[in-house]
Amino acid sequence: MKGPKNPIEMEKQEWRKQQGQKRFKTWLTVCSPIFLLLVWQFLSQSGLIDARFFPPPTAIISTFIDLITSGELFYHINISLFRIFAGFLLGVIPGVILGLCMGLYAPIRHFLSPLIMALMPIPTLALLPIILIIFGIGEVSKVVTIAGSVFFPVVINTVAGVISIESIYLDVAKNYEAGKKDFFLKIALPGALPFMLEGIQMGQAIALLTIVAAEMMGAKSGIGYLIWTSYGAFLLKEMFVGLILISFFGYIFSLLLRGLQRKLLPWR
Amino acid sequence: MNSHSKILIRNLTKVFYKKRNSVTALEKISLDIAEGEFVCLVGPSGCGKTTLLRILAGLEKQSSGHFEIKKSDQNRPSQSMVFQERGVLPWLTVEENVAFGLTMRHLPKAYVNERTAYFLNKVGLSKFAKMYPKELSGGMKQRVSIARAFANDPEILLMDEPFGALDEQNRYILQEELLAIWSETKKTVLFITHSIDEALYLSDRILLMSAQPGKIVQEINVDLPRPRKLEDVRSSPEMADRFLKIWGHLQEEVQGSRK
Repeated sequence: MKGPKNPIEMEKQEWRKQQGQKRFKTWLTVCSPIFLLLVWQFLSQSGLIDARFFPPPTAIISTFIDLITSGELFYHINISLFRIFAGFLLGVIPGVILGLCMGLYAPIRHFLSPLIMALMPIPTLALLPIILIIFGIGEVSKVVTIAGSVFFPVVINTVAGVISIESIYLDVAKNYEAGKKDFFLKIALPGALPFMLEGIQMGQAIALLTIVAAEMMGAKSGIGYLIWTSYGAFLLKEMFVGLILISFFGYIFSLLLRGLQRKLLPWR
Repeated sequence: MNSHSKILIRNLTKVFYKKRNSVTALEKISLDIAEGEFVCLVGPSGCGKTTLLRILAGLEKQSSGHFEIKKSDQNRPSQSMVFQERGVLPWLTVEENVAFGLTMRHLPKAYVNERTAYFLNKVGLSKFAKMYPKELSGGMKQRVSIARAFANDPEILLMDEPFGALDEQNRYILQEELLAIWSETKKTVLFITHSIDEALYLSDRILLMSAQPGKIVQEINVDLPRPRKLEDVRSSPEMADRFLKIWGHLQEEVQGSRK
């Protein structure tokens, strides 16, 4: 074997090879959903699986377009998104505030944490009948249900975030005479933020899980309602449209939150 | 001596108590440090030198005794600390870190900016002002920490092994830089180290501590003229002598605590 003539040329080739491998990996990631859809289409059309239960993707897409043109889909999406956002905010804001208070003040933490621990394992959905009794079958009950399930991961992560701030940063704050307000804004909040955002990310996922179930009971609209009524009427294409929408929004939301994370934590 | 003393420490004792078990970390420490003096505290690890510093820094409370840091100006903070490592706040930029003390005291913006820029320049980090600490090397982070303490313009500076985690070359460079800034501001400094070389190079006076209970057992004056060069310390036979003396003491202490 002959030695390489030009070391730069060698490294250039090596670099190109690595770039190629990277592109291949990205391509694999894009491929897998397309592959799944193709297999589904083939199995459904060839009758290997029952097309009544698993309509081919092309049929689902045409149903999707029908639902868009009739305007029905946007109506359901709008109402569900409103519920998710309202419930999300109603869960996240008190969760962050209470979490910071519990993290910063040990007496509050010790007093409240048994309550949080006891309430956390109860699925908010199991409380839906009670929520319906208290808040009625209007919008409020759905928003409260989502808020309830978002609240817990946010509280718990925020508390963990505050507690995990390294003690040396507290020493720095004390040594440089940080006042209460400065301590809160310059030390506690930024120090707890990474954990807090993880909690919010979890809350987001739970909010989507909850909306479908919450709209199953006592709702006349929303993506969840679309899924359940279509299922009840054996309109499985419509049902699949609903399911795919949920998956789509889950993906979009987590992308948005990841973006927010990068914006808020430039120092990580 | 008393009239020029910047720091007065009298019978300072600190006991740690846990489950019927008490450890005397500091026993009746009495000490005077003059205005503008650079004093190094040297002792085996666990001898309570950090505890002493933390008491002076207001991060810990003594069990008995008292200390005083003489104020020359009511608006000046009495002390600022340079921490061991990781004392730089990761969520603030270099600039915000240096300005931290001044911002916490809510001083006028123009003044804060001017002072911050001045000390950033002093430690050679002006170009890195907008960066976050994660992008800096260990030596650069300690420069930020030093600039932050000097920018705060305290009555005295407390330094807790600020160069302990650095590699040798970086340590020498930062020691030199520290002396340059110090000679300009003439602050009173109490500096903890376990490097004998570092103590000889930096200080006017070295205090040797013993462990458990932590006491000051010996004082060594370092009368090398300033400005000093590292080579001066290394080439002076007198300093070599003092090095051995301190080394002998430390060995005794470490051996003693093993028994």
